[in-house]
Amino acid sequence: MKIVLALPLRPFPAALLTALVLMLPALMLPSAGRAAGFEELVARLPEGSYSDRAEVIEAIARTGDPRAAEVLGALLEGSLHVRKADGRVVIIEKTDAGTVAFDALTGEALGAVAGRSTEKIKVNNRLRGMLRSAIGALSLMSPDRETRLMAAQSVFASGDPANIEALDAALSAESDREVATALAEARAVAILNTDAPVEEKRAAVAILRARGDAAAQAALAPHASDPAIGNEVTAALAEIERVRQMWGVAQNVWYGLSLGSVLMLAAIGLAITFGVMGVINMAHGELVMLGAYTTFAVQEAIRGAAPWLFDWSLLIAAPLAVLVAGGVGIAIERGIVRHLYGRPLETLLATWGVSLILQQAVRTIFGPNNREVGNPSWMSGSLEIGQMTVTWSRLWILIFALCVFAALLLVLRRSFFGLQMRAVTQNRPMAAEMGIDTGRIDALTFGLGAGIAGLAGVALSQIDNVSPNLGQSYIVDSFMVVVFGGAGNLWGAFAGAFGLGIVNKFLEPWTGAVLGKILVLVFIILFIQKRPRGLFALRGRAVEA
Amino acid sequence: MARLVDRRMGVFLAALFVLTVALPVASSAAAGELVPAYLVSLVGKYLCYALLAVALDLGWGFCGILSLGHGAFFALGGYAMGMYLMRQIGPRGVYGDPVLPDFMVFLNWQELPWFWLGFDRFWFAALMVMAVPGLLAFVFGWFAFRSRVSGVYLSIITQAMTYALMLAFFRNEMGFGGNNGLTDFKDILGLDLTAASTRTGLFVASAVALAAGLLVARWITASRLGRVLVAIRDAEERARFLGYRVEHYKLFVFTVSAVMAGVAGALYVPQVGIINPGEFSPANSIEIVIWVALGGRGTLVGAALGAMLVALAKTLLTGWLPELWLFALGGLFVLVTLWLPRGVLGALEDGLAQLRPARTGAREEVRA
Repeated sequence: MKIVLALPLRPFPAALLTALVLMLPALMLPSAGRAAGFEELVARLPEGSYSDRAEVIEAIARTGDPRAAEVLGALLEGSLHVRKADGRVVIIEKTDAGTVAFDALTGEALGAVAGRSTEKIKVNNRLRGMLRSAIGALSLMSPDRETRLMAAQSVFASGDPANIEALDAALSAESDREVATALAEARAVAILNTDAPVEEKRAAVAILRARGDAAAQAALAPHASDPAIGNEVTAALAEIERVRQMWGVAQNVWYGLSLGSVLMLAAIGLAITFGVMGVINMAHGELVMLGAYTTFAVQEAIRGAAPWLFDWSLLIAAPLAVLVAGGVGIAIERGIVRHLYGRPLETLLATWGVSLILQQAVRTIFGPNNREVGNPSWMSGSLEIGQMTVTWSRLWILIFALCVFAALLLVLRRSFFGLQMRAVTQNRPMAAEMGIDTGRIDALTFGLGAGIAGLAGVALSQIDNVSPNLGQSYIVDSFMVVVFGGAGNLWGAFAGAFGLGIVNKFLEPWTGAVLGKILVLVFIILFIQKRPRGLFALRGRAVEA
Repeated sequence: MARLVDRRMGVFLAALFVLTVALPVASSAAAGELVPAYLVSLVGKYLCYALLAVALDLGWGFCGILSLGHGAFFALGGYAMGMYLMRQIGPRGVYGDPVLPDFMVFLNWQELPWFWLGFDRFWFAALMVMAVPGLLAFVFGWFAFRSRVSGVYLSIITQAMTYALMLAFFRNEMGFGGNNGLTDFKDILGLDLTAASTRTGLFVASAVALAAGLLVARWITASRLGRVLVAIRDAEERARFLGYRVEHYKLFVFTVSAVMAGVAGALYVPQVGIINPGEFSPANSIEIVIWVALGGRGTLVGAALGAMLVALAKTLLTGWLPELWLFALGGLFVLVTLWLPRGVLGALEDGLAQLRPARTGAREEVRA
């Protein structure tokens, strides 16, 4: 009884106090020999009147038997039946094949049953209420942490003062901090619904204020007009509103970063072909699409040949996508673009033609419909940070985009190939004089841009529909990023992508997605008027190149 | 000043005249319907495309303004006409509202939005067909040319313009029928749109508009002003340093071109019976460019021919082998830019010139 003494004493209604005292030892102290009592009680369930049944239910709850929650749950749902032949209590489950029964105590499968051979154990509304709080209280003490957490949350949502004793009992036994917090919060909501002393209510308001989310707001709101604690509640509500707005901003920033990373992946290859080489590649979006279809093909092969490799499918697909898209890119450069250097408008038209051909080729090979690309296990699910949800796939894509960007910078700045590339960009005749094979460098540069488009496709396959039109939906956006950021500068593409991503996501709640996008487009069109060469314009001689 | 109607223009206009007379006659009942009646509307549609191509060629071929958003001007002209046709339906709509078009009744709108006012009069709609695209081109061009946005940058922002308009017109709240656009037209100027005589009338009107468009474009490009335009196309900086206000010339030609595209759209809509936001899609606008490039950039007549050729190929191929159409179109883009820089007409005339080496004349060289 130490536990009961540890509880803060309050003027409880007498009945509640009795129930508390009766329940706690049963809930708290596992005792041997109790199992027999539980089985006997369950066997007594079908007998007698509703008030007899109420007593039995109460007694079952008191046993604290691990099977109690399931039996009471079945009773609540009306799937607890009694078999007419031998009076055995069974749980009925309806399946496609028919109705099957399980022993309520042992879980032993009893096979299919005819509709008339069992009889439902009936409950009325009073019993249902009892069952719900009994189940809630039982779950609060469950050995499984997740179950306790869920139970605490459902008690929080109900805010029923009847649960206070159970909560107190659970609280004093709880060792997990997160569950304990959830229990304390649930208790605070329940306290507010009683006529507990003002001091205690103030403490409850403080607890909810610390929780600071929409649920806490909803729990507090009805008490704002309470004369005793109205001021505290109003202050807490304002505080919560402020915290929520802050989290809302953080969430928007995250969405913006996520969109920005996608835009950057799509645009960064373009920044190389358009920015560094001055070649307009309208087929860029289709190279992204090829990357996505490569991922699809790799996953199909893995599903067929080695399903255990599935979690690695993206890592396998990434280099293949670079090869496929890069190879197609080099073919485009050698076959078409090479002949059109210095004629940007013709290049634009020819590569648009290539994009149509690639689209139709993919449509012919893979069909016109969306293809299903699966998420590996490490990319599914999400992460809760405070009041913000971060899906793993988007987080990985952001990390991936940053890695690609860093790797690209490294290649351009530190590698010999990068040096040759910059030399050709800055002064082609001079580079040729120095012995650089400019034709080869052109092809490789274009291939690099195309390969990165392929990588973008691998990432996009995780969050977007893989269809022949995939590329089309990114081409205008990626051009906007490059034009906004300033051609010929990777940092421009970086700033352009994340800037546009965040602006877009902040506009969306006000204007809706479509109007937001239109506003961004109009903004860029106006921006170009002001800075025709983009945010990070090249200066000096490079402009003439 | 060069002659207004040169050889190629003369040949083309004569052929167009023959077509305009022959086709309606051949399809009429009196001639025993030698050709099916739908051909009149189909060729009428091609003629609208041809006018659109001439409009683009005026800007791209003669002033180097590669607009990837000309489909937007075409669609705006089409929407202006569509609004007139919608108002003509009157109480014959599905919901029978005397004023509101069906889609507005469907959206529970109580009264006509302000920008729909006046469209029940033909003269007002006809004015808007030219004014709306012209005004958009004027404002857009004023900003773009003043800050010297040119070359591919201009192409890309014109593409963004038509893309933004497409997104906007897809919205129901815009008041232009959203996704479905405007359709179910009944009559124009009191004439039943399904009647053969009305269709012939629209066909002839399209032919006349095309001829007029060609002559206006030719008149502009053959004048002194046209010479300046070509100078700007070939050496913008030099023209500027010689004292020409480059942006004024560009703005003028861009606006005229947009108005022409609007007229083409207005004639197109009653013949196909629908206008929807799909017309704004960037892909449509780029397709116009290939018409001009195929026919021969800077030749006007070539642009018109190219448009009709590609449209004909599209009709035939999408009917027989729909799979093949995009391959063919894509291949066309690549082949024309690589091997036919002066288009079919240019290649033809080059071939003729080689057959008759004695002939000399000022050939209009087109450079990128």
